[in-house]
Amino acid sequence: MRGRTDWTAHVVLMLGVLAFALPIWLVFAGSTQDAAAISRGELSLLPRLSHLDVYARVLGEGSGGSGPVGHMLLVSAGMALGIALGKIAVSVLSAYAVAFFRFPCRMLAFWTIFITLMLPVEVRIVPTYQVMSDLSLINTFTGLTVPLTASATATLLFRQVFLAVPDALMDAARIDGAGPWRFLRHILLPVSAPNIAALFVILFVYGWNQYLWPLLVATDPRLDTVVIGIVKRIGVNADTEWDRVMATAMLALLPPVAVVLLMQRWFVKGLTEGEK
Amino acid sequence: MQERRAVFPGRLLPAALVLPQLALTAVFFLWPAGQAVWSSLTRADPFGLNAVFVGLDNYAALFSDPLYRDTILRTLGFAAAVTALSMGFALLFAVFADREIRGRGFYRTMLIWPYAVAPAVAAVLWVFLVQPQIGLFGPALDRMLGRLGLGWNYQLNGAEAMLVVILASAWKQVSYNFIFFLAGLQSVPRAVVEAARLDGAGSWRLLRAIMLPLLLPTTVFLLVVDVVYAAFDTFGTIQALTQGGPGKATETLVVKVYRDGVVNLDLGSSSAQSVVLMLGVILLTAVQFRFVGRQAD
Repeated sequence: MRGRTDWTAHVVLMLGVLAFALPIWLVFAGSTQDAAAISRGELSLLPRLSHLDVYARVLGEGSGGSGPVGHMLLVSAGMALGIALGKIAVSVLSAYAVAFFRFPCRMLAFWTIFITLMLPVEVRIVPTYQVMSDLSLINTFTGLTVPLTASATATLLFRQVFLAVPDALMDAARIDGAGPWRFLRHILLPVSAPNIAALFVILFVYGWNQYLWPLLVATDPRLDTVVIGIVKRIGVNADTEWDRVMATAMLALLPPVAVVLLMQRWFVKGLTEGEK
Repeated sequence: MQERRAVFPGRLLPAALVLPQLALTAVFFLWPAGQAVWSSLTRADPFGLNAVFVGLDNYAALFSDPLYRDTILRTLGFAAAVTALSMGFALLFAVFADREIRGRGFYRTMLIWPYAVAPAVAAVLWVFLVQPQIGLFGPALDRMLGRLGLGWNYQLNGAEAMLVVILASAWKQVSYNFIFFLAGLQSVPRAVVEAARLDGAGSWRLLRAIMLPLLLPTTVFLLVVDVVYAAFDTFGTIQALTQGGPGKATETLVVKVYRDGVVNLDLGSSSAQSVVLMLGVILLTAVQFRFVGRQAD
């Protein structure tokens, strides 16, 4: 701006960057330090790079009554991918039906889906547990993922995207003799690819970061996600292996952060366009 | 409602297409919601064998319980603090990140990534910052406050516990608000900004007279999102930091539903609380669609 450096802006933004980066750096540095020293309150901001092998140990072996973090990461990845891909598939199909067809009870179907916006798990904890238990879905991977694949938000988003597709595109496809399936696969999905990518990021993060749901429906330690695993181990005891706990926290954090960073541009565009 | 002009013929195919979504909705949303309403109207008999219909007794008991009213007020205060902090800081950062300065991209990325941090993991990060024995600032805080005769231990002191859960929850939500405020600021036409500059408006004036009024719809939208986040999504944060304690110092409505329903197995009361929360979400959703929906038309 007019060749001058805007120092106020740099100072404010730098402080913001630090406020968010410091805790992560602290956890990284702590993960390489001596557990006993951390217990004495001697947490330092200087990492000891010679102790990075803590990550290999945490990933491979369990401790303190919980399994290896490697296994938790697999459960988390399975859950996040299952929820993200499942939600996208289910929502694309129902949005396609609502936008491109006229069928009886179409509006009823639409509003039924819409209602799920108003029923987050948090407000119906106990009855949902009962339903899950009636269906024998407690402590199953299906129970962890499938119930979370219904999505009003994603359906509304795709409906909006589909409504904006020009009629000419559809007319052309029909003149070429394309039926509903071919139109969906070869025209509609490619056209909506940026929206799908953006939604994938949002849903992957949503799935990875679940806490209440796995806490309710998966009490078996073999189904512990890494977010559940880290919260279980955060309790302060004299013999807590702090270096390992911090390494676990790093591993819980990195995958969703990596997904957001890698797909940042799509994600920001999808988020701000989709939600409004 | 907006409609497409050209559509495919057929009735069976579209019905099959919406079926998975409708089945999931019916089984995992409507059924439990119906169960919640039903069991909020019943109470287990003394032997725990049968549920007896008791009408609105559970609701009457709930609202005449001063502890429940405390929890409502606590949740409102908590939500207000989290919303104000995360919106305030997000707006501050967005205003400066919108300026044409060097390293803009870097700043934006570094303020956006915390979106990906789980609420429960945000709590874990804050433990490492402020835990009284091992946290980076914990022991120093304890010494400092100790001189004032207070001491620092959020596991024992309710006010300190509330402060920590507010900070950890707001910390995680800044990035979401930042993304939307920045997008809002960037959509202000450059011509408007240039015209105001030519008329001699300074940065502050520009912000107050032009940017903030144009950000109003974004602000209303974020207000609802933040309140929903603070009321519902912070369960993991609170559970990891304080489990609602010490005592009930950080017990929000959702933490109470969990404590009463899952820990204490008081199904009638927990269900009545669930129904009250559902009404709350319906109200918030209606507010959001009223304001934001109008914007989209």
